[in-house]
Amino acid sequence: MSEGLTWTVRDADKLTQAEIYGEVLSQLGEQNPKIVGLSADLAQSTKIGTFAERFPDRFFNVGIAEQNLFGMAAGLALSGLIPFASTFAVFTSMRAAEQVRTDICYQNLNVKIIATHAGVSFGQAGTTHHCTEDISIIRSFANMTVIVPADGIETANAVRACVDYPGPVYIRIGRGFEPPLYEREDYGYQIGKAIQLNDGTDITLICCGITVLQALEASKILKDQDGLSVRVLNMHTIKPIDREAIIKAVEETRRIITFEEHNIYGGLGSAVAEVIVEAGKGCAFEKVGIPDCYSEVGYPEDLYTHYKLDTDGIIEKVREVMGKEFEEDEDWEDEV
Amino acid sequence: MPITDAEIKDLKEKAWQIRRDIIDTTRWSGGAHIGGGLSIVEMLVLLYWKYLNIDPKNPKWDERDRVVLSKGHGGVGYAPVLARKGYFDFDLLKEFNHFKSPFGMHLDGNKVKGVDASTGSLGHGLSMAVGLAMGARLQKKSWRTYCILGDGECNEGSVWEAAMAAHRFKVTNLVTFVDRNQLMIDGPTEVIMPLEPFADKWKAFGWIVREVDGHSFKELADAIDYAHGEESAPVIIIAKTVKGKGIDFMENEVKWHYGGLDEELAERARKSVDKMYGK
Repeated sequence: MSEGLTWTVRDADKLTQAEIYGEVLSQLGEQNPKIVGLSADLAQSTKIGTFAERFPDRFFNVGIAEQNLFGMAAGLALSGLIPFASTFAVFTSMRAAEQVRTDICYQNLNVKIIATHAGVSFGQAGTTHHCTEDISIIRSFANMTVIVPADGIETANAVRACVDYPGPVYIRIGRGFEPPLYEREDYGYQIGKAIQLNDGTDITLICCGITVLQALEASKILKDQDGLSVRVLNMHTIKPIDREAIIKAVEETRRIITFEEHNIYGGLGSAVAEVIVEAGKGCAFEKVGIPDCYSEVGYPEDLYTHYKLDTDGIIEKVREVMGKEFEEDEDWEDEV
Repeated sequence: MPITDAEIKDLKEKAWQIRRDIIDTTRWSGGAHIGGGLSIVEMLVLLYWKYLNIDPKNPKWDERDRVVLSKGHGGVGYAPVLARKGYFDFDLLKEFNHFKSPFGMHLDGNKVKGVDASTGSLGHGLSMAVGLAMGARLQKKSWRTYCILGDGECNEGSVWEAAMAAHRFKVTNLVTFVDRNQLMIDGPTEVIMPLEPFADKWKAFGWIVREVDGHSFKELADAIDYAHGEESAPVIIIAKTVKGKGIDFMENEVKWHYGGLDEELAERARKSVDKMYGK
């Protein structure tokens, strides 16, 4: 059903990160008449408006009523359609959490959720519009697949992949002005498979969303300045998480730091920690994110710097962890 | 088609059977939402034996009419209807509420044949029903969607979000009922969180209201026929009902929202139901 890019990279350069997925969804809509879209007065902000313009009869703006948004999406899915429902992450994961969990996940419906303005990407809007809890909440819903794409092209890949992927899918993105990571779509994106952007043996940085690019930049600087061999993993799928990639990182690098635009409790870091601990293998581990507090107001770039999620912050953290003493292999009985 | 006296006679027979089944299912389950199961019997019997275009041997038939029991705790009334209609073996109800039974208080659409939407948490069903109806229309299907709400359930804001949307999107291939039995768990609706003027509220949200005796097949049928033909706005049928209808010691009793029946009470209940139908 799904096809590759039908526009050139040149066109993609002209679109904001979020507009890329809107364009892809419109293309998918042309190929698959079952795709419909919904939003709660945020069609323009979430960029699902691109689909709305192309297919006005297949798009439903329900107004500022998120519970109804997801309840209706469930109903549309029950009637045999593939609804893409989009609003801000804070509303998808909290205002309408019960609809997402009970109407959509419990019934295992084909609703694809595009949660935008996640993390602290809505900077100046402040805590009421930030969402540093959604990965934690949403991954606790059985049947849900949780994806945090690194940039606009990856979002487009996720959207394309989720059309035929069975069951509910939650795709979490920012405002759409993030710097691009990928230049082309054909890097082998697959739901559930982490992408190694840089191999390394000293330490692994497991990241999702905007931190992926920052970690990649950091790894280059750390190589040049500190002679460190830093592995960078784009863990775009939080659930089902790529356990194999994590175990490999444990065995081959023995140090892991996770970075996410999310509370340190319950998100990517916690998910990675679960795998490490349950594997019974020794590893130095830390998670970096919003330190269990409500975020400041500010431009997102300033907030990323403040919460050590930018390149400098990541470099600082890596140096800190590398400088720590921890038990080396010989001291561990890590064959379980 | 206007309902005939012969049809009404048949439907009453079915309703008597279902009320007896509800008593048995409550016995087998150890406890059930018997009051609110009994108040919707006429609505369910009328839908399933006169109006619904369905095929019990083909529960996922694409062209079937859909039903959303938004007041999902009415499962004890709904399951016997589905069983008697042939969706599954009636004897399965003996396992109601038992470990790993497909039948619990709130019927699971993925486990119970004939259930189109899993409900239970109040306030969700109307949104789903609106989505279903709009999905049908978009796909140019002629199947209808029917939704049954509880009255206490209408305290939930999400019901009114859905009501606004149904008007906005002119969802007229949906027929909605409210089981207006006037009671909820902690007391009468008008004491806990008053709904009146209830009809006015629906009208204000752009719906056309029909108020009927919820235990009269004739009045319910006339209202459904009207709803089928109305294309200017969604129709709500406010069905004035009695919680516990048919069992004299339960009628209009707050405490019979949920309860169990020992054999003595069950016998009293059966006698009361038989009396209702002149048996």
